[in-house]
Amino acid sequence: MASAVSFRGAVALTGQFPALAGIDLDVAAGEVVVLQGANGAGKTSVLRACAGLLPVTDGRAEVLGVDLRRHAPRVRRLVGLLGHAPALYDDLTVAENVRFAVKAAGAAADRVDDVLERVGLGGRLRRSSAGRLSAGQRRRVALAVLVARAPRLWLLDEPHAALDAEGRSLLVALLDDAVRDGTTVVLASHEIAEAAPLADRVVTLAGGRVVDSARGERRRVLPGGAHVA
Amino acid sequence: MWRDALLVAGKDLRIELRSRVVLNQVAPFAVLVLVLFAFALGPQRGPMVQAAPGLFWVAVLFAAVLAVQRSTAVESTEGTRDGLRAAGLDPAGVFLGKTGAVALELVVLEAFLTGGVLLFYGVTVHSAGLLVVASLVGTAGLAAVGTLYGALSSGLRVRETLLPLLLLPVAAPVLLAGTRVWQAAFATHATAGDPWLRLLLVFAAVYLALGVVIFGPLQEAS
Repeated sequence: MASAVSFRGAVALTGQFPALAGIDLDVAAGEVVVLQGANGAGKTSVLRACAGLLPVTDGRAEVLGVDLRRHAPRVRRLVGLLGHAPALYDDLTVAENVRFAVKAAGAAADRVDDVLERVGLGGRLRRSSAGRLSAGQRRRVALAVLVARAPRLWLLDEPHAALDAEGRSLLVALLDDAVRDGTTVVLASHEIAEAAPLADRVVTLAGGRVVDSARGERRRVLPGGAHVA
Repeated sequence: MWRDALLVAGKDLRIELRSRVVLNQVAPFAVLVLVLFAFALGPQRGPMVQAAPGLFWVAVLFAAVLAVQRSTAVESTEGTRDGLRAAGLDPAGVFLGKTGAVALELVVLEAFLTGGVLLFYGVTVHSAGLLVVASLVGTAGLAAVGTLYGALSSGLRVRETLLPLLLLPVAAPVLLAGTRVWQAAFATHATAGDPWLRLLLVFAAVYLALGVVIFGPLQEAS
């Protein structure tokens, strides 16, 4: 199977500190990989490197077949990152924020209203200023951007954070839909009990390197409706 | 690049329309500068007419610092700072978009200020065309250099105080040349403003070109 992410001895620095210390990581196309590890293990750094935001200074790093070290800006339009803090402008409405983010990524904004309905931000909420939203609602806006952009690789950093039970169910449903469409997902989480059932593989990081890789608990739905582990 | 520039400019102008920071805070501040100087110069018309061009450009310069600070602050939260980069927008487009939005805000402000200068200082304009061209070119230069230095200081904790320190000395040629062109436009010998207008043009062209080239690396470094 083709690799969506392929790191070989990849090094990335934040200041003088090696956030990625020669990491080897492969994520197959269509796979859901959960990254776990202690604070500072390198989970967020892997996601930011994959998104082209943290420069890889040594080793080999390819995302969706594009060399990250040479063409990071090109990678940015192919992937979608849900970071710690959603990129929202408080003075714009929910719909305007999503429309701007989708257009900025070079995608068509014609699905925005439908997607906002899907994430529970339809009706009056879509016309609310982003500055008035709760943390959970801001997270939903960021999810709406991802779904409306439909990038081939989703990079989710602690996606469960700030979401209520309904929001977490929504996240699982959106993720299932995306995976069914062939999207690759790399998800960093401390909440392994929530994340492991979503994963094809759980990768443990420490000191900016992969120290373990185990099979996840994800059950794939076959076309006939049967489940396979 | 141009598509991205229009997108970013539209976003920044929409934010200004909603927040009205420039309208409610920057514009009154600039008008206040004109009024206070009018009080300081006294009731005689002579000194006021002589000082009017310089005071107009001083007010514009201070207003430009505030407008650029606002434009930079919009992108200063953790999420939005990364957002523009993560979206894969062309950095040159982001620079031109933010410059265009600041320039448009300043042009509207300058229209009010010009009215204020004519009203408070009692000056007579002999060459309105020269006045308009100088204002537009000077504004383009100010917006470009401001956006560039705004990006330079954006990642720093002391950006609010650092920006005026960096920007005001660099923008001094606009103050000087703008003042001279306006003096020429108020006088009967408009051609005296030509060399200064050329300086404004060179300043704008240099900083627009510089911004297109180095805004990307600045964005990555911040």
